[in-house]
Amino acid sequence: MPTSTTPPEGAASLPPHLSPHRSFQGLILTLQQFWAAQGCVILQPYDMEVGAGTFHPATTLRALGPKPWRAAYVQPSRRPKDGRYGENPNRLQHYYQFQVILKPNPPDLQELYLASLAAIGIDARLHDIRFVEDDWESPTLGAWGLGWECWCDGMEVSQFTYFQQVAGFECMPVSGELTYGLERLAMYVQGVENVYDLNFNGREGAERISYGDVFLQAEQEYSRHNFEHADTEMLLRQFRDAETACKAYLAAGEGAGSGGRHGLALPAYDQCIKASHVFNLLDARGVISVTERQSYIGRVRDLAKACGAAWLKTEGGGAALEPAKEAA
Amino acid sequence: MPDLLLELLSEEIPARMQGRAADDLKKLVTDALVGQGLLYEGAVAHATPRRLVLHVAGLPAKGKDVREEKRGPRVGAPEEAMKGFLKSAGVTSAEQIRVVQDAKKGDYYVATIERAGRPTPQVLSELLPGIIKGFPWPKSMRWGAASREPGSLRWVRPLQSVLCTFGTEGDTSEIVPLLIDGLISGDTTRGHRFMAPGAIRARRWSEYAAALSEAKVVVDAARRREIIRHDARDLAFAQGLEVVEDEGLLEEVGGLVEWPVVLMGSFDESFLDIPPEAIRATIRANQKCFVLRRGQQAAGDGALANRFILVSNIEASDGGKAIVAGNERVVRARLSDAKFFWETDKKTKLEDRLERLKAITFHEKLGTQFERVERIVALARELAPVVGADPAEAERAARLAKADLVTEMVGEFPELQGLMGRYYAAAQGETPAVATAIEDHYRPVGPSDRIPTDPVAVAVALADKLDTLVGFWAIDEKPTGSKDPYALRRAALGVIRIVLENGLRVSMGKRCGPGPAGADLLSFFHDRLKVYLRERGARHDLIDAVLAAGQPSARAGGGESRADAERPAGSTLPSASGEREGANDDLLMIVRRVEALSRFLETDDGKNLLAATKRAANILRIEEKKDGRSYDDAPALSALVEPEEKGLAVALARAAHAASEAVADEKFEDAMKALAELRPAVDAFFEKVTVNATEADLRENRLKLLAMLRRATREVADFSRIEG
Repeated sequence: MPTSTTPPEGAASLPPHLSPHRSFQGLILTLQQFWAAQGCVILQPYDMEVGAGTFHPATTLRALGPKPWRAAYVQPSRRPKDGRYGENPNRLQHYYQFQVILKPNPPDLQELYLASLAAIGIDARLHDIRFVEDDWESPTLGAWGLGWECWCDGMEVSQFTYFQQVAGFECMPVSGELTYGLERLAMYVQGVENVYDLNFNGREGAERISYGDVFLQAEQEYSRHNFEHADTEMLLRQFRDAETACKAYLAAGEGAGSGGRHGLALPAYDQCIKASHVFNLLDARGVISVTERQSYIGRVRDLAKACGAAWLKTEGGGAALEPAKEAA
Repeated sequence: MPDLLLELLSEEIPARMQGRAADDLKKLVTDALVGQGLLYEGAVAHATPRRLVLHVAGLPAKGKDVREEKRGPRVGAPEEAMKGFLKSAGVTSAEQIRVVQDAKKGDYYVATIERAGRPTPQVLSELLPGIIKGFPWPKSMRWGAASREPGSLRWVRPLQSVLCTFGTEGDTSEIVPLLIDGLISGDTTRGHRFMAPGAIRARRWSEYAAALSEAKVVVDAARRREIIRHDARDLAFAQGLEVVEDEGLLEEVGGLVEWPVVLMGSFDESFLDIPPEAIRATIRANQKCFVLRRGQQAAGDGALANRFILVSNIEASDGGKAIVAGNERVVRARLSDAKFFWETDKKTKLEDRLERLKAITFHEKLGTQFERVERIVALARELAPVVGADPAEAERAARLAKADLVTEMVGEFPELQGLMGRYYAAAQGETPAVATAIEDHYRPVGPSDRIPTDPVAVAVALADKLDTLVGFWAIDEKPTGSKDPYALRRAALGVIRIVLENGLRVSMGKRCGPGPAGADLLSFFHDRLKVYLRERGARHDLIDAVLAAGQPSARAGGGESRADAERPAGSTLPSASGEREGANDDLLMIVRRVEALSRFLETDDGKNLLAATKRAANILRIEEKKDGRSYDDAPALSALVEPEEKGLAVALARAAHAASEAVADEKFEDAMKALAELRPAVDAFFEKVTVNATEADLRENRLKLLAMLRRATREVADFSRIEG
């Protein structure tokens, strides 16, 4: 199907089959290139199950404290409840987000974002790009921000957020966060109606590998797992274990770092992420009642807040050496 | 006279906040100017997705010169005092000082001080930054490097530039220097984000408006809406279609574009199998697009067409082809979802969904939706005969009323609850009454919404609302002040409207349930009824008078209150108090009483009787207090002496009896007529008879006669509560 987008501008160094028009991975590479040129560190996905790119410590924790930070990365995101056994052309229980965080946000972040769209072939003279109010809040992370969902011809392609609070702490300075829904964007740029039809590697004929070739079986299996088979006894136990471990690490890390700083903020936060994902699985299995739901979310948020507090006592969080002496 | 032009350019402002922000900006700035004595001729504020604009016309170039006199020390005061005075008054020359002669207190100095009015730009430079920094956005944020420090500037989204100029048409203008947290005002702005992003210099309103229009920005929101409305109608008309007008959507869309370009898209006709409301909800909620129907002129059926109107923010170089194609893709995907929901939902019967309501908590203390449905079923069945519905149908409708909550479609579009239930009920062959009741049982959802009228719908609608109210009263979660999270006032008003507008006779006492909670809920209904009637122009004192007369006479607890003493249980006169135990139980009868009373009081007989009854009540109040007793016993007929008192006794007995019977028959006009006939007897009595006779027994008997009058009028209302 011919697409209405113009050839990408920033992707000159990529071979034609890796044009975002033709391949899913080309879209990713183009975005990585674009943001690398803005001074972002290009990270790899965090090696734990998360519900969104925001959970990556490179966003959640780095958004806290005074230190400047620029990063971009793809994050596989798991939403157990969104599984559709591979039968829905738009919904997946596992999908990719492309995440950018710039701290503090540069004054021209909107222009940078639009330039990134141009880089993947979306021409603002031809397409109707809009910033539509969408305030972001994550009850589990104790975080909120103001921003928009970004529309291209009526389709939401990204989220744009100025973090105001993370883990219950005011962001000083504020970070700008961009989240691109990669599959959706790729479907648009490739002109494809079904996510499984996306061309993954940009090759044609026998060499062509589609998104479905890569992920359809996984969607079917994980849908089965998430809704029918996930071992709830084990998950309930894992939730408690993660919660306990998180608290234990936070306590043990107090003052254990160099110069009296916190020494276990990151490992503790891993357990918080774990608890959050386990909760999502339990929720998909339908074993959490409405009232319990709130209490589980509250428990994860408590962990996130405590991890944020610990992070602020680390070097990454901007804590000075020997804070006890300085305070005195 | 010079004008002020202020523009605050920011990143995209949420559509819903724009109108209010423009109003706030205008009010804050003009109030502050007036506060500084700077009057103006006119002010207009505008908002677009990216800017707030204020134009204040006809401002003075500077404030008024002020001349004032200041009294100083007396002549001959120490030099120090004089020095201090000259300094504090700011005296610069000897000509400003004169001596005022005062024979009594001694001569003293007066200084005349003239202060030139300050230039308006200078005042603006001081006023505006504060207004901008404290702007009342419903939600605001910090951003950028400045947000490292506490107390940095807040705005709805990052504020990019400030244009502020002051000057006269055809004359030079100057930039009003504003310093707002690192932002410095200038005389430039930018045009449309995509079509004219370059800098634009504008020193005056006329120049600004023209330049922005050139730069593809329609500053006036009303004009943007007008363009959309007009172009949408034109596009539709050309296809023989009509736009399904939607003011809320128009308002929102007008706030999403600076340069509205209206385009039309289409979708596959096969999607028209989906209920039109669901198509509209899908396209409206997700896409912010308008749907179209086949015009009355052309096909004449008014059914939805497979077209939609979208509003773009740019004039695209391909004439909008890519934009339309993109929007059509999304609409197609969304309608595919909706169609899938619609078809999947129909595969499961509503009754087979009930089990899943067990998983939905209605309220922590009030159980699940499933339990609630059980209660509504019982109540609807019970109410059915009262409202003229078939009990089996009422029960069926109540049982299915909430089943659509667990359908896919309502899960996606909660605003379609009830409506989808109706479609699914009709699709599975329920009777029209049952299907209608499922949709209408939520009604009325607002004061202007229609009420259910079909008896089955009425039964379920009442059952639904009464169950909610009784439930929340039982767990003591009543509305307080401005807090009414469960919309209980709306529910009560809904019950009142359904009852009154359908002319229903419902025993509210019974429906409110027993005990203190029930009594409290009943009085809540009375309060809401008062509000309802007052809004329709009824006099609040008449409502109070009717409600006071309708209070059950036997009240638990306090037996010593005046109101009780006035109406002892053992009245010897014929009285309708037995039937009237529940007079306030029946909302319809309360309203009829108020109406009859209102009409009666407009007649001479009514006014006269009111005056006489008030007079009687006043005398009684004074005498009963003095004597420490009530005169509510029957008068001894044998002790009546004067013909006028005998006449009154006879007339009262007759009128009270007639009024009471009429009330019992719910013929309130007749009751009023019966009371009206008292007039000659009452007039004659007050003219000829001395109530406070010197003979104690005469006096007692006459007071008892007055108490009879008080009681007789109480058959319809407590006249002492009526004003005038």
